Amino acid sequence: MPLGLSRIGVAFLLSLAVAAVLVPVLNLTVASDSTWHVSTTNVVLFGKYLCYALLALSIDLVWGYCGILSLGHGAFFALGGYAMGMHLMREIGSRGVYGNPVLPDFMVFLNWKELPWYWYGFDQFWFAALMVVLAPGALAFVFGMFAFRSRVTGVYLSIITQAMTFALLLAFFRNDMGFGGNNGLTDFKGVLGFDLQNNATRCGLFALSAIALAGGFLACRAIVSSKLGKVLVAVRDAESRTRFIGYRVEHYKLFVFTVSAMMAGVAGALYVPQVGIINPGEFAPANSIEAVIWVAVGGRGTLVGAALGALVVNVGKSWFTGALPELWLFALGGLFIFVTLFLPKGLLGLVRSRRVASAAPVEAPGEPVTVIDRQAAE
Amino acid sequence: MPFGITLRRIVLAVALAVVGASGVGAHADTLRARIDALATADFAAKEAIINELAAAGDAEAVPALTALGNGDLQVRKTDGKVIIAVRDGNSYKAIDPVSAADLGPVDRAALDKIRVNNNLRRVISAVVGSLTLRSKDPSVRRAAADAVFKSRDASALDVLDEAIAAETDNGIRRRMVLARAAAILQTNRPEPDRLAAIAVVAEHGNQDAKDLLSSVAASADGEVKRKATASIALIEQSLAMWSVGQNIWYGLSLGSVLLLAAIGLAITFGVMGVINMAHGEMVMIGAYVTFMVQEVIRTSAPALFDVSLLIALPLAFLTAGAVGVVIERGIIRWLYGRPLETLLATWGLSLVLQQAVRSIFGPTNREVGAPSWMSGAFELGGLTLTYGRVWIIVFAIAVFILLLVVLKRTAFGLQMRAVTQNRRMASSMGIRTTWVDALTFGLGSGVAGIAGVALSQIDNVSPNLGQSYIIDSFMVVVFGGVGNLWGTLVGALTLGVVNKFLEPYAGAVLGKILVLVFIILFIQKRPRGMFALKGRAVES
Repeated sequence: MPLGLSRIGVAFLLSLAVAAVLVPVLNLTVASDSTWHVSTTNVVLFGKYLCYALLALSIDLVWGYCGILSLGHGAFFALGGYAMGMHLMREIGSRGVYGNPVLPDFMVFLNWKELPWYWYGFDQFWFAALMVVLAPGALAFVFGMFAFRSRVTGVYLSIITQAMTFALLLAFFRNDMGFGGNNGLTDFKGVLGFDLQNNATRCGLFALSAIALAGGFLACRAIVSSKLGKVLVAVRDAESRTRFIGYRVEHYKLFVFTVSAMMAGVAGALYVPQVGIINPGEFAPANSIEAVIWVAVGGRGTLVGAALGALVVNVGKSWFTGALPELWLFALGGLFIFVTLFLPKGLLGLVRSRRVASAAPVEAPGEPVTVIDRQAAE
Repeated sequence: MPFGITLRRIVLAVALAVVGASGVGAHADTLRARIDALATADFAAKEAIINELAAAGDAEAVPALTALGNGDLQVRKTDGKVIIAVRDGNSYKAIDPVSAADLGPVDRAALDKIRVNNNLRRVISAVVGSLTLRSKDPSVRRAAADAVFKSRDASALDVLDEAIAAETDNGIRRRMVLARAAAILQTNRPEPDRLAAIAVVAEHGNQDAKDLLSSVAASADGEVKRKATASIALIEQSLAMWSVGQNIWYGLSLGSVLLLAAIGLAITFGVMGVINMAHGEMVMIGAYVTFMVQEVIRTSAPALFDVSLLIALPLAFLTAGAVGVVIERGIIRWLYGRPLETLLATWGLSLVLQQAVRSIFGPTNREVGAPSWMSGAFELGGLTLTYGRVWIIVFAIAVFILLLVVLKRTAFGLQMRAVTQNRRMASSMGIRTTWVDALTFGLGSGVAGIAGVALSQIDNVSPNLGQSYIIDSFMVVVFGGVGNLWGTLVGALTLGVVNKFLEPYAGAVLGKILVLVFIILFIQKRPRGMFALKGRAVES
């Protein structure tokens, strides 16, 4: 199959396609008292999960295939979200509380007289869409260039990515940054003329999220099944050896880190119109680490597993915070410990090893078997 | 101005006491006549009367003058008598301005306020200042000298000269001399006198002196102006130096907090190489142990409150240390050699510990009191140092030294270093490596626990206490150099001082961001920290 798609991968793509069509149909055309009706709440909820899945996918690309454990991917996600949020703020126009056609409400409130220069252009959707990809991409490129060139690896890299998102968290909390301070950006009215409160718009965003997830998955597959992907796995398993063979390890790392950040940015941009708010809380280091655990639960280095992990953990989170709110952190914390101790390959790894054990080993080409960090094992 | 009000209160109280003791003499009648004359006069005449009172040098006039300045001196319409009216609930209480006798309640409508303007208020405060310069109470004299320094009232010079001659307390005399110099600078005395006065003021060297000299420099000319300007430059220099000193002090104080938070991590991460994201929760456990110790003391033995922290220290060490050993045995030992997994597992653990504490103690902040020997402050030159901060610095250094001794001078420390440097060799030599691992982790956690005791004094004791320190702690350890306690010390103090020096320019939050960015860049340059280990150990 092209891109070395496994049967699981194909099934994943097919179910995404089905969901993208079926969910909006069930929401918009089936009567609300029917058992087949999908409520708007659920459409929004699962649309959000699909964005999380895309974020998880981007983390899996760098962590599962290149061994870079980023604890700051939430920052790229949030930057993408802010870029989209800025456009949505501009699109409110004079419908805001203060009715100012140019300035968003919070700027009027803070007594600002004119738009800061970095808000220019965000009234154009194409510009905002470009920034959704470019802003996180540029940050990842600069950050990665410094980090990889000086060979910051392993936990050191994890810790400074965490420091990066923490610094951004502090920065975005400041009112004079011009991003709404701790309230963030909210009260969005519509996107490209579609009303955000409208069911059809929400279904459209859901379908878009599913398509973006599918696109992200295919892009990741394309990367990891190419020759470049092989080098990435080599970097993950034996970085020094790969370097001595003659590959410019830092270039490969920088490339995949930047691509991954862009994907996270897209996920954030789709997330914001669905939840209706973006605030600095999205930069919290805890969010980034939580996203990493989705990947670990699903199985790192499997792509499909990462996306599934995000869905499973978040469905669990919604159920727990509804039914037993005080137990959620116990469950999440326990999940971290349980998965790292007993499920190093995640749920998908569990399924796969069952299959391998019961039937003849049908290992799909290009599906890497996770090798525990060699450097660490030494 | 609060100071002025307090001064007036002191003056009033003292003067009333003096008057009450001395009784009413013959000259009290002239005094009363003068005070009664205040009722009808216009502002200029009032000023003349006040100056007469000052010239008479009669301390008994002080309560009436103070009341006049405060607007409490009123005329009773029924008999035209001047009284001090003090608000008493809804009505007023009349007090005799000379004898301080209570004259009973009066209705507000029956009173007529004696009006004063700002000019009169100034005159009054100067006169009151000079009249109180010869009080028996040293604190009143000191306050009076300071009042003259502020008012720079040249008319007080004669009184001041007498007061200086009579003064026995050196500290107060110095203030009086300073006040005299300030007053002289307002006069047209000969140049040498004024130059000498400038020298006196310049020696004082604080912000007030600087303000005084700037006004002199603005109005005077010639030699006086030149000298005043030169003295201002000197004062500015010394003020700048003290502010640098203050910054260093704040920085050291913050640095010692960072050191306390990070030093346990320097063991678990620096020496063992274990990424313990639950480190902050060990600090939190220590803080909650302190809270519980204080609760027990409050309910059963309040007398012991001052030693509550000393009791909490060993308990916090043991509790956090025991939790640490359990964590090592239960989780971390399965993950040696897999640092990224360790990171995730301990992060999960930190969530569990936070939630556990939240379930047991509630999500709100808990009150941890400061013992008496940790509250208060003292002055050192131009610095104000609080005892709490001093003790935390002392404590941080003590913990550091203790840890250094444990690592370098004890059998356990030797085994610990042996295991971390070459596990298999140490094992061959008969060291029980698993046991050493558990104890080392317990030691690091226990130290975090006693850091929690100290941090409970300056931070909110809440389930989120640890979270706020975890990133800072890692920054300190990584910046200082992994596996090196001295690096942690230098790293913590450097980051603390840099942070405090950035704050005035950039603000607290931006300063912190700049420090984070600085560390991120620094790690690019020196990935192994300031004091990197050299040799083979680096690659492991």
